[in-house]
Amino acid sequence: MSPRRSPRSSPRKPHAATPRPRWSAVARTPLGACAGLLLLAVIALAVLAPVLWSGRASVVDTGALQQGPSGAHLLGTDNLGRDILYRVLVATRLSVSLAVAATLLGVSLGLVLGAAPAVLPRRAGRLVTSAVNVTVAFPGLLLALFFAVIFGVGAKGAVLAIGLATAPAFARLTHTLSASVAGRDHVAAARTLGVGRLRLLTRHILPNIAEPLAVNATIGAGASLLAFAGLSFLGLGVQAPDYDWGRLLGEGLDRIDLTPAAALAPCAAVVVTGLAFNLFGEAAAAALGIRTLRHRTTSPRPAPQAPSKGSDRKRESRPVLLVEDLQVALPGPSGWSTPVRRVSFTLWPGEAVGVVGESGAGKSLTAMAVSRLVELPAHVTAHRLEFDGTSLLGPGPRELRALLGTSMAMVFQDPMSSFNPVMSVGRQLAEVAEHHRRLSRRSAFEQAVDQLRAVRVPAPERRARQYPHEFSGGMRQRAMIGMGLMGDPKVIIADEPTTALDVTVQRQVLRLLDTVRTERATAVLLISHDITAVARTCDRVLVMYAGRIVEDLPAAGLLTEARHPYTRALLSAVPDLDTDRNRPLAVIPGRPPQPHRLPPGCAFAPRCPRSDDLCRRKDPRPVTYATGQRVACWHPVEGEPAPKAPPGQGAAEHGGPGPRLERAANGDVEESTGGPTV
Amino acid sequence: MTTATAAAAPPRTWRGNRWALFGIRRAARLAASLWTLVTAAFLMIHLVPGDPVRAALGLTASPELVAARRAQLGLDDPLWRQYLHFLGGLFTGDLGTSTITGQPVADTIGDRLPATLQLAALAFLLAMALAVPVGTAMAALTRGGGRRAAELGFTTVSALLAAVPEFLLAVVLAYVFGVRLGWLPVAGDQGPGSYVLPVLALATGPACVLARIVRVEMLSVLGHDYVRTARAKRLPPHLVYTRHALPNALTATLTLGGLLLSALVAGTVLVENVFAWPGLGSTIVQSILQKDYPLVQGIVLVYGASVLVVNLLVDVVLALLDPRSVIREV
Repeated sequence: MSPRRSPRSSPRKPHAATPRPRWSAVARTPLGACAGLLLLAVIALAVLAPVLWSGRASVVDTGALQQGPSGAHLLGTDNLGRDILYRVLVATRLSVSLAVAATLLGVSLGLVLGAAPAVLPRRAGRLVTSAVNVTVAFPGLLLALFFAVIFGVGAKGAVLAIGLATAPAFARLTHTLSASVAGRDHVAAARTLGVGRLRLLTRHILPNIAEPLAVNATIGAGASLLAFAGLSFLGLGVQAPDYDWGRLLGEGLDRIDLTPAAALAPCAAVVVTGLAFNLFGEAAAAALGIRTLRHRTTSPRPAPQAPSKGSDRKRESRPVLLVEDLQVALPGPSGWSTPVRRVSFTLWPGEAVGVVGESGAGKSLTAMAVSRLVELPAHVTAHRLEFDGTSLLGPGPRELRALLGTSMAMVFQDPMSSFNPVMSVGRQLAEVAEHHRRLSRRSAFEQAVDQLRAVRVPAPERRARQYPHEFSGGMRQRAMIGMGLMGDPKVIIADEPTTALDVTVQRQVLRLLDTVRTERATAVLLISHDITAVARTCDRVLVMYAGRIVEDLPAAGLLTEARHPYTRALLSAVPDLDTDRNRPLAVIPGRPPQPHRLPPGCAFAPRCPRSDDLCRRKDPRPVTYATGQRVACWHPVEGEPAPKAPPGQGAAEHGGPGPRLERAANGDVEESTGGPTV
Repeated sequence: MTTATAAAAPPRTWRGNRWALFGIRRAARLAASLWTLVTAAFLMIHLVPGDPVRAALGLTASPELVAARRAQLGLDDPLWRQYLHFLGGLFTGDLGTSTITGQPVADTIGDRLPATLQLAALAFLLAMALAVPVGTAMAALTRGGGRRAAELGFTTVSALLAAVPEFLLAVVLAYVFGVRLGWLPVAGDQGPGSYVLPVLALATGPACVLARIVRVEMLSVLGHDYVRTARAKRLPPHLVYTRHALPNALTATLTLGGLLLSALVAGTVLVENVFAWPGLGSTIVQSILQKDYPLVQGIVLVYGASVLVVNLLVDVVLALLDPRSVIREV
């Protein structure tokens, strides 16, 4: 095949500091060493075989015509009684040298054609490029046949034909490689200094593309060898009395039933030699270009904690989500780490709970684990993980699909990448109803249109037939929420739903979530790093740090009652209108710890102004206060006495957790009778 | 809201334009390529060193015969007139007559083309039918870095098989199944059994290359957010793979599949010669050896045009599969 491998053999970087990768590095990889040895053997054979055995290869033994393998003739004899093995060995020189000659011709011609656009006047250059583009579309063998007609049958004609046939591919390669080099800084600098185009090409561009070209030429030599064997096999290449592998194969094929070795031996020779060139080129590409050394994860899995089946005892009002001691373990280069550690929380019907924390705190992973979307190799364990009274730990994925498909909705961060780009939006919504509610394709689509209208997508009939890229960002995210509502969700898990959107659209999306929640009594788990957005929309806030919930408190009391120093630090890092803009923004000093390098004590201790010896030694357990607030800290901030009902917070309108429970209890009834009216 | 409605209006008109532009560009590109092909085929006979007719008839032919044949081929006319004549002939389906058999070239091609097309089409279908499920299954098996042994085995075997050129594989297949086991015929078209070996020889390499591509593409697609969305919709795995991941993985597969298909067209030339298949491939080699230039010209045109048509088809299918590719171009 033609050398279309430019991405693998990316040109080396021109940094002076990096040592020049050497070809000897190729020999140090196992594949490169094998291929190199094979190649050396082939070259040695090409040099020596004709010297040593050309006599024996042409001895006509009339006493042994077309014989099978014997002691005298290891692979048997051909129709004139000549030894097949020696003939195949002697043919190495002609086969390899013709292939190399054709490749050299092709590469040099390709180099000229490919570099010409950089030197020629624009118009002529463009002409050359488009000529190359037209010819490169034709397979090499067809081009070779075409040129073979012009140059005539014979070895010389075949070299010219294969050389010319490989040229377009190398021209294309040269062109793309030099275009990528020409865009680099040092070439641009040289250009602004007034270096001429020819000099630019020879001094700056060609040296930088020499290596990938050489690698591809090696692979190309393998391809030429195969092409040459093909032409000779067809009778268009090497002519009698000369012989190369292709011609031996062509002669041997006629008698394959009598002396199979006559056909199979040259076959094997071509394959092995072709492989030697190919593999050496590939190994060189890997060693010189991109490093493809893979790190293996050899660490054992942690012993999974026996998942408790979870009690099925029904309560009067059961939580939508009940999470106890949730852990997520991930394999890494230095062993297993637990980016989510012993997370416990409860989500009641109709409640909105926000999860905040710095990036890397394990918020998203918690959401994915709770919704059972974490895939291997990550490993999820929990003491209890219940959704609407059903344990998510016991049943297999099949049973869970029916339950979660209709009653748990997910909204992801980037609405652009979260929609399938090659499916219409309406179809992607309809799919849910089609699959989980067994609706016909048409009525599912109608439902999708209704749902798009419900989430205020304008002209929903037309929009439903459009593709995601034809939607605006905010509209996409609303459609995503609409997709979640295609079932009858008891909970919407929204993972940073507004992060990728601009501020005005953020508002719309949050307001939509709020509307859904109030009108359908759907619980919302809102993951965000934006603590103000969470405070505005949620009833309760879970603050996560280093994979653990460090504080769980009502959103209403966020500003006044936060007890964990980390929550306080997060809050003071938020600028408001009173923030002095001349002073640098408040930040939390230090960085959160890496999940695989957690300190023995409190994970926040190294950054905490209140930390002492105890904090660094022992990890605090969460303590529940009378108000329901949970704090995991040895030295919680005893805030100033908080007002009972802070003004301006959404919770005042929706009511506290108490009344919410009551409403949730009849929530089911309301839903089933009234039907969804978002 | 108002901005959204305002933005909603233009795409409808735009969309029509995009497809029209796409069509015009493709048609123009095809026309340019076809013109190049036709001109190259025309010039071929004139680029042959010496007198092509003398070369075809041999040194012993009488000068009168050579002159008569030259006149018959119109080689004595000025080049531009020959060119116009050649172009005119193409439009009326007249590709000239064979200098050896005296038969119209178009008839010979009409006789031989179906056998070649069948071979190429069957091989392509087989390659796709093998590569897509195997590649997808391998992606599903080896995702997340699981089952390293399976991954290594698959990549090694497919790389080795892909490196064996089709005509050498054809020889080995002919030996094993034809000569050794005697299960299948090895020469000519003797019923359905004759198709097995040539099609296998043609399909194996492309199937391996494609399966590798499908696996890599699937692995990258499976990491996309929209696959997570599909899983979040709790669709069963087979739907996630076939409906959401596969169409996205197929774009790259098809691009490469198109390249492989046009390489397959060339591959038939060699494989047909191994199995003495009565197709265009064995005919073109014979006619090159016999210096039957009009026939060579005709077959080169057919091969070239089929490659161009395949490339066009791939582009159109790509545009239908991934509507974004139309926009990217405009």
